[in-house]
Parts: sequence; C-alpha cells; structure tokens
Amino acid sequence: MTGKSDVKLLVDGKRLDGRAPLELRPIEMKVDVVSRADGSAMVKFGNTIAIATAYGPRPLYPKHLQENRSGILRCRYNMAPFSTTDRKSPGPDRRSIELSKVIRLALEPAIFLEEFPKATIDVFVEIVQADGSTRVTAINAASLALATAGVPMRDLVTACSVGKINNTLILDLTGIEDNNSECDMAFAMMPGKEKVTLLQMDGLLTEEEIKNLIKIAKDACLKIYEMQKKAIKEKFK
Amino acid sequence: MNMDEYVLEMIENGKRMDGRKFEEFRKIEIVPNVIKNAEGSALVKFGETQVIVGVKLELGEPFEDTPNEGILVVNAEFSPLASPDFEAGPPGEDAIELARVVDRGIRSSRTIKMEELCIEPGKKVWCVYVDIHIINHKGNLLDVSALASLVALLNTKIPKIEGEKILRGEFEKNLPIQFKPINVSVCKIKDKFLIDPLLEEEEVIEARLSVCVREDGKICAIQKQDSGTLTLEEIEKMIKIAVEKSKEIRELI
Amino acid sequence: MNEKREIVLPGEFLCEKRGKKVGPGTYFEGEKVFAKVLGIPKIGENEVSVIPLAGVYIPKVGDRVIGKIVSVEISGWMVDINSPYTAFLPLAEGVREFVDIYKIDISRYFDIDDVIFCVVSKVTKDKIVQVSMKSIGSRKLHGGVIIKINPNKVPRIIGRGGSMINLIKRKTGCEIYPGRNGYIWIKGENKSKAIEALLTIEKESHVIGLTEKIDKMLG
Repeated sequence: MTGKSDVKLLVDGKRLDGRAPLELRPIEMKVDVVSRADGSAMVKFGNTIAIATAYGPRPLYPKHLQENRSGILRCRYNMAPFSTTDRKSPGPDRRSIELSKVIRLALEPAIFLEEFPKATIDVFVEIVQADGSTRVTAINAASLALATAGVPMRDLVTACSVGKINNTLILDLTGIEDNNSECDMAFAMMPGKEKVTLLQMDGLLTEEEIKNLIKIAKDACLKIYEMQKKAIKEKFK
Repeated sequence: MNMDEYVLEMIENGKRMDGRKFEEFRKIEIVPNVIKNAEGSALVKFGETQVIVGVKLELGEPFEDTPNEGILVVNAEFSPLASPDFEAGPPGEDAIELARVVDRGIRSSRTIKMEELCIEPGKKVWCVYVDIHIINHKGNLLDVSALASLVALLNTKIPKIEGEKILRGEFEKNLPIQFKPINVSVCKIKDKFLIDPLLEEEEVIEARLSVCVREDGKICAIQKQDSGTLTLEEIEKMIKIAVEKSKEIRELI
Repeated sequence: MNEKREIVLPGEFLCEKRGKKVGPGTYFEGEKVFAKVLGIPKIGENEVSVIPLAGVYIPKVGDRVIGKIVSVEISGWMVDINSPYTAFLPLAEGVREFVDIYKIDISRYFDIDDVIFCVVSKVTKDKIVQVSMKSIGSRKLHGGVIIKINPNKVPRIIGRGGSMINLIKRKTGCEIYPGRNGYIWIKGENKSKAIEALLTIEKESHVIGLTEKIDKMLG
C-alpha cells in the first residue's frame, strides 16, 4: 500500500469494477462444503474466495499446550499458490503467520472456550482465489464453519474491509484498490453485541476519517451478518 | 493470591503495581548510536523493558512496481535471553506481528523518503534493514521497539559507495527522514484505560489498541491486539489517548 | 411447550429470562436469553434451551453410552466414548465382586477393544469423566459392530418412547444398543439393513414422515 494517488481508481464516482464507493461486491456464501470437517463454509466476495473448515473440540496434544481451565483455538490462514496473479510459493510466509494470529484473535472472543478445558478447536482457512480483502473473507467463512460445527458461540463474527482511494472513503476493497489505496482497514465484530474483535489499519487518516470509516464498516457488517445467517438457515431447511 | 488477581485488584482500585498513574509512561531512556558497525542504531528502555535496534544499509534491486524507490525490511528477534518464554528458533507469530506492525507504521507515515534511496532507477537502490532485538521483556515490546526503530533511523547515515562496493565507515549523508511517527499502545482492563503496560499487566488486559501517530496528528497505523473486544466508543477514546500521549514521547527525541 | 421447527444460530435472541431456567444450548446477558449453538429452540414456561443440530459429544451425567476400552489401568479402565474427553471406569464401578488388584490382572474383566454399554456417572467441571456399569442394562457387548453417527441425531434414532429403534430392531431382528454419544452397537444377520436405516435417519432426521419411510425401507 503506497497511496499512489495518481492511479485512477475512481472515475466519475465509479470504481474500476463499476461499483459505487460504498457498495459491496457480489457475495456468495455456502456452508457444509467439506464433508470431512465438523463444520465448513465457502465465502466469495467478488473474486476473492475463501474456504474454511473447523474441527473439534478435539483432544489437544502435546499436553503442555493444554489449558487446564479452558480450551484453545488454533487458526491457520493459508494462500494457495495459484490464488494470486504471480504464483505464491507454498507454505506459511510472514504475512500468513501474522494473519493467522489476527484471525484467531478476531474469532476467540466469540467462542465459549471455557466449555472445553484441555481441548482445541482447529480452524483452517484456504484462500483459493485472492482479489483483496482476504483476511475478512476468511473470518466470515471461519465464523460459518464454527457455527455449523456446533461450537458454542456468543455470536457470529462478521468482517469487512474499508479504505480510502482518491480521497474517497470506500467499502470492500479489491486487490488493485488494496495495493493503491491511501488507507485500508480490516474490521470484524460480533454484530449482535456491537463488539469489535479485529481492527487493523494502515495509511494516513485523521481521527475524524477513522471514525467515519468505522461507522461504514459497522453498517456493512450488519448487512453481511444477515447473509451469514441466511446461508446457515438455507442448509437446514 | 496469584499475580493476576493482585494486578486486577490494584487496577480496580485505581492503582498500578509500580505506583504509576494509568496514563503515565515508565522512565524512558534513549541511547542512540550504540552499535558501531551498524549504519544507525539505538537502545531504548521503558522501565526495565529494553530493545536494541540496528539499521544496516545494503545495496539491492528495487521492486518492479517501484523502480525509483529504496526498500525497507523490518525484522524482529525475540531472543531467548530476553525472557524465559522466548524459544530459540525462527521468529514466532508474536515476533512477526511486531515487526510487521512497526514496518507499517514507518511505511504508511512516509518516514523515509524512499525516492532518495534510488541510485540507478530500476537497477540499484539502498535497502534499509531494521533489525529489532528484544533484550529484556518486561512489557510493552511494541511501543519500545517502534521508538527504538525510529531513533535508529534518525541517526542512520548512508555510506559512500564506489561502484558496487560499500565503503563502510565513510558516510555520504544522513538517511532522509521527513516524519517522526510514534506508536502508543492503549490497554483496556475492566473499564479502565492504561498505557505502557507492565508484563504482569499484559497478562490481564482484555484488549489493546496500538496506534501509530505522526506529528501532524494523522494516524498511520492501528492494530488491535489481545483477545478481548472493544466497543466503537472505546476505540475512539483510545485513539484520542494515543494521540495525546504520542506528543510526550516525541518531545524526548 | 413451544417447540418451533425453525432453527436458531449462536447469538440469536430467544426470550426474556423472567425466572426461567437457562438450559443447555443457551446463555444469558442481564434479562435476555440467547442461543449458544446452532439448533432447535425450546422455549417453555420454566425452561429455555436449544437442542443442538451439530457438535461433538460432551458427556453428561445420566447418558447411556457405548464405550470402547482403550487401556487397562491399575484400578480401572480408560474408555473411549467418542468425545474429546476419555472416560474412566473404576474397578468398583465395573465389577461387582471384591477384586484383589495385587493378585489379579483386571484385564480378565475388560480388556483393550472390549465394548461396553454403560452410564456416565460423574463429570467434573474440568471435564474429568467417570462411567459406571452398575445401573441396570449396563453390560459388556460381544461381537457385533459399532457405527459412529452424529451424537445429536441419537434421540431421533431412538424415537419417542423408543418407537424408531424398536421398529428397526423388530424388522431386522438385530440387537441394537444406541449410545447417546453417537456410537451405535449392532449385532445380527441383517445388520447391513439396520445400518442403512440408521444412516438414513441421521441424514434425514428433519424430514416429516421419516418413521413411515424407514418402515417401508425395511420391508
């Protein structure tokens, strides 16, 4: 993200993909896509596709990782080598490691970990196609996987990305917008509780702009939350 | 009574283990130029937490999409000597996160004038390696590391070059710095906010917001940490506290 | 009792507490009760709960379960009950007579891979689980096979007053012991027919008229 404001990302109020600044991409959500997993989901935001699976609670080894009074959540975010325009070499890189941690911390507050002492819930998210906003797509998918695995949660976790391009605040960034934005922010919350579980931002913003951006993100999350609920209920009709 | 309960009880009563106010930093010590072989360096202490940052400049090829700009690489080592909880080996998720957050703060704030690091467009640029070494972990590694990195960069000098050879020890000019971003982590425990957490306090905090602020008041990076939640109002308040407190630290450099 | 067929998700508001018992699958914040798991809500006069549609088996006192002996300890056995938590069967809960553990090798009573039908007798708050063979109906099961199904579907397999499970037993002539933990033990010549029926119920547990369908399937 270098804020090249000479790259025209906004022409006549429309973004490169034709969207209005505060418009979400077409979103698709499906649960139960990996039958071996206890819970799974596929979420698409435009061209970004994430598949998440949840296993557990299951016994945790080695023993020294066990927490006596509560369970733990383990998370692995990974990008498939074919997911990006230039092939990404397989295996965790520094970004994937940080994102795995950040996604875990975004989901943890929602889970009643105290109900499985000494056990673990393992969440795996694969980004099979990347076009910006991968971590928030991952969180939306992971949330669905956890809920359909029967994991006790306080609420679903919903996430979206917001940012600023050509001096305009925007919602749901594509890859090219992500790379050329003046600022991008990843936001996740438990919508029913109005509690924020993830906030990451880099760019250059005034306090006022941050406040506005957060409000945009919160409103978008409420919309995405309805889609998540619908995706689960569809499956169990 | 175990440590966590003790810390929590004190905080509920408006006190901290070391007697500080909630919005008070520990004693800050800044020592620039501690490493002779580095092009820039600094040792910073917040109370007992100590971090050394060394900046090394190497020659390299620019990235394809930025042929006229230098390269910045930030790395952090949580050396086992700094804490019984650090294991030897490649950086774990905490070290990686810390390095990346410090990197984003420096990058987004445009601290270094990256175009002035270009020697031959598309072919040769300066690569600035910022290596963060934790020496003693007594809490708040991120703020200390970010400050040490900034101070190290502020006293980094670019070496002279002769063709492909870097003439170490002979300097051409200072690293072109245009901004001084300061990172302040604000922690929430119960319904109270405090800054510069001690190691013991870090065990009980519910959530933490690390905010990187430039001298013109613009926010260049935010990272929410720890596994608690924050309301929108709390986030707003914490950002305000960070902006206020960043001015105090900036005065020290 | 108001048992809606519609499902609820974690975080969905169920009702005001008003002195009701906050049962399994739910949690409360102040006076409001919310669903904790994906499932079917049951909002009654005295209790509100959610019957989970998914999730691993978490042992509850009183559950009748099928267990597999995984190790023989000094004064008891470790039992796999299809849960993240392994159960312990103490010697005194497994064998009626007095046993001198210094003279006798207790694997003569239960050995590794033996299958038992037992009851969960105690679960501590740290999820240490104890099972017992003392209640009526508990026994060691010889021969037969064990299939694993979603533990949340077992009540449907048993049916109201045992109607479904008895139908299958009658029509296939098999012995069937359904464990609340999702392990089902089956023995008999027609066990494949019985297994087919059980797997169908697991898959179509929400379908209306399932009992008639299974009846027809078993001929």
